Amino acid sequence: MADQEVKYLKFKTYLNAYCPYCHQSFNVEKKEVKQLNFKAVYKGQEITVSLSPYLDVFEIETSVPINEGEVLDDLICPHCNKSLINKEMVCGECGNTVAQVIISALSRLIPFFICLKRGCEWHGLTKADERRIKLKIPRQDMPEQDKTMRIHNHLEVPYGYTSELASLEAGRCLQCKTPGCVDGCPVNVDIPSFIKLMRENDYDGAAKKIKEKNVLPAICGRVCPQENQCEAKCVLGFKDKPVAIGKLERFVADYERKMDLVRIPVIKNKINKRIAVVGSGPGGLTVAADMAQLGYSVTVFEASHELGGVLTYGIPEFRLPKSIVQFEISYLKELGVRFELNHVIGNILTIDELLEHFDAVYIGVGAGLPLFMGIEGESLGNVFSSNEYLTRMNLMKAYKFPEYDTPMPRGNKVVVIGGGNVAMDSARTAIRTGSTEVTVIYRRSPNELPARLEEVHHAEEEGVRFRLLTSPVRYIGTDYNMVKSVECIRMELGEPDASGRRRPVAIENSNFIIECDLAIVAIGTGPNPIIFRTAPNLKRNKWGYIDVDPETNETSIPNVYAGGDIVTGSATVIQAMGAGRIAANAMHKKLKGN
Amino acid sequence: MFQIVRKQEMAKGTIIRFDISAPKIAAKIKAGQFVILRVNETGERIPLTVADKDEFSGIITIIFQVVGKTTALLRSLKDGDTIKDVVGPLGKPAEVQKLGTVIMVGGGTGIAILHSIAKAFKEAGNFVIGIIGAKEKELLIMESEMKAICDELVITTDDGSYGQIGFVTQPLQKYLEERHDIKMVYAIGPIIMMKNVCNLTKKFDIPTMVSLNPVMIDGTGMCGGCRVKVDNKVQFCCVDGPDFDGHKVDFDELEKRNSLYLKDEKISLLFSIK
Repeated sequence: MADQEVKYLKFKTYLNAYCPYCHQSFNVEKKEVKQLNFKAVYKGQEITVSLSPYLDVFEIETSVPINEGEVLDDLICPHCNKSLINKEMVCGECGNTVAQVIISALSRLIPFFICLKRGCEWHGLTKADERRIKLKIPRQDMPEQDKTMRIHNHLEVPYGYTSELASLEAGRCLQCKTPGCVDGCPVNVDIPSFIKLMRENDYDGAAKKIKEKNVLPAICGRVCPQENQCEAKCVLGFKDKPVAIGKLERFVADYERKMDLVRIPVIKNKINKRIAVVGSGPGGLTVAADMAQLGYSVTVFEASHELGGVLTYGIPEFRLPKSIVQFEISYLKELGVRFELNHVIGNILTIDELLEHFDAVYIGVGAGLPLFMGIEGESLGNVFSSNEYLTRMNLMKAYKFPEYDTPMPRGNKVVVIGGGNVAMDSARTAIRTGSTEVTVIYRRSPNELPARLEEVHHAEEEGVRFRLLTSPVRYIGTDYNMVKSVECIRMELGEPDASGRRRPVAIENSNFIIECDLAIVAIGTGPNPIIFRTAPNLKRNKWGYIDVDPETNETSIPNVYAGGDIVTGSATVIQAMGAGRIAANAMHKKLKGN
Repeated sequence: MFQIVRKQEMAKGTIIRFDISAPKIAAKIKAGQFVILRVNETGERIPLTVADKDEFSGIITIIFQVVGKTTALLRSLKDGDTIKDVVGPLGKPAEVQKLGTVIMVGGGTGIAILHSIAKAFKEAGNFVIGIIGAKEKELLIMESEMKAICDELVITTDDGSYGQIGFVTQPLQKYLEERHDIKMVYAIGPIIMMKNVCNLTKKFDIPTMVSLNPVMIDGTGMCGGCRVKVDNKVQFCCVDGPDFDGHKVDFDELEKRNSLYLKDEKISLLFSIK
């Protein structure tokens, strides 16, 4: 037995099934398609049967059509031609005869039963064995646009799961009694429940389950850093990779949208109170949706000519298609939320004026003021803040210039300063405008790169180069005041600073020059001063962000709430949504009491 | 959608005046502030200073020179047509206070912006001296409006076809030499004019304000495209300006930054002709 066990371990498919008599494998792999092949007897006739090698997916292919509920006479090993029927067992669900095979799961061999009735999914495994097998299913990757093709277009890179991949991935979830993923989610989506509905092929129900807590699932499924949130808490992640919760979320949200299953809930109890939301970014939209669903009348004020805030101006088309953002917002419109474009709050209306007309105000304006390093040559032509670059490309659709009027910033050799997600977005956008060389300059080592690993990986695939432990010193311009090159200095990591990251220290006399004709500064953002000018009593912390009560997100002005980047500094979409949720709950509690 | 109530062509059709119905903006906008507009779905966002407003009928007046694709497109609009987006008011309002005697210097289209500021200074009780200039007589705008506001008005043209011959700096220098009660100079016009005015007033040590017009996208401090160097510090024109202390502005840098998109402008115009 010992040498046979070694033989089994060499195989790497999802369920490796073997004949209990001749110990040969049933697994067959033909071009991505993985199957278990058997011979069978059906109505006295010998046929071939193929099963999917996955625990929860019993798609059967047979050489003769068999209807649901009909029973095979026999199941035979194609290698030794012995009947696999185990006469001591019967199916636990339908009582029919069962065949027995052996499968290997985590270096153990366990018996596995196949009910001969078509459509019956009983397998007779103990919970512990089932868990062992699940741990064997690898995390499924999304199919995506080919890396050589995608740098020539602005279309979305991952295509999303197919229903087969989605059910495979959903099958990996262990349905923990005390799920960590729910705590990891800033808006506490009931993750195990929606995955359970997915397993029952009720994708519509799963989408509705997510929408109970998260109104923007198609967006969050794409741009949330799940690896630091829900997926970081997944039990599977300790031994293997966690369940791809974000990809599943994206799948059900896309399913619901594409199948036209979105239904607008009827709001039964209208409350005669008005809510103003400043900013239509993810946080503002969450507050708007929550309050509208509770029956309040909500008005959202947006400074730009397009709704969505950072979802529209910041995140590029290939990562988050704008049609999806607009679709999710149209859901809010149908909920009865009013949107006012081109309203710069602080100028056209002040917070005090809003309070005259509204019972509560939520400030979710984000942190949109770009930071510069203040080094020589930053005012040269073709040195952009990442905000300007991305705003031109995304909001103003400069990538369609000259069809759209805003000129597209172009460069043959592009440098991007910074290592966050915005830097990756800028670099990947630049690659798509036909730049031959895009270099990301970051002052720390790869371990400190703040961008999502997935984004760094995508950027590397697309040919973005990384110059780490490097910091720019000055930009050098041509006679026509366009940037020509950037002088950099090498860095090394010193002692950890207040944030716990090791502080980069410049190595003296290590200056060198990188040629570039477009430089994008993506080193972060600060709070925008406009709203504070006309609201001097709004208390701010030492970094200039709004001070709030963390329990309720209420500011120093009663009935004025705030959340998102304008409170925390640059963070993620879902964190802004979480802040919005806290404020919405607190608002409702307070307004209901009055 | 914002409707154009009245369109007027000035200066041989190179300068256009629009009265736009925008009641909310008209109710709030103060002298020196500006709006950003986008003509249609594919349009770019351009900043334009508001020359006048009428809170009662909810109308703002914008005056602009036809220089590029978007302004050419705007010129093609007629009475009753609509503009897709108008955002405003943006920027800080001009700091208007009672100082005594102030000189308002305007050149070209800058006179439009100057007009609203001059009006505000007059209403605050100042003695307002106006100096306005243009290339030639036909290109001079808003003469009658300025005449109604200013206590004294001097007109210059480069070719001498109207008023005094020469640049606005000549009468300004005369005033600065003759009168010693001048508390402030406001200069709005082409960059080169503002630069020369500032060089002149620096000699007489008279506070000078200028209104800048760099390339802008959002106008709310988000993109940083409109950064200008003032007092060696980077300032965003859309939130920290557009009015700055003229003696501290780095005009050379502004001039360079403003000429960055000439090539793209050409491509854009050629595309629209096709």
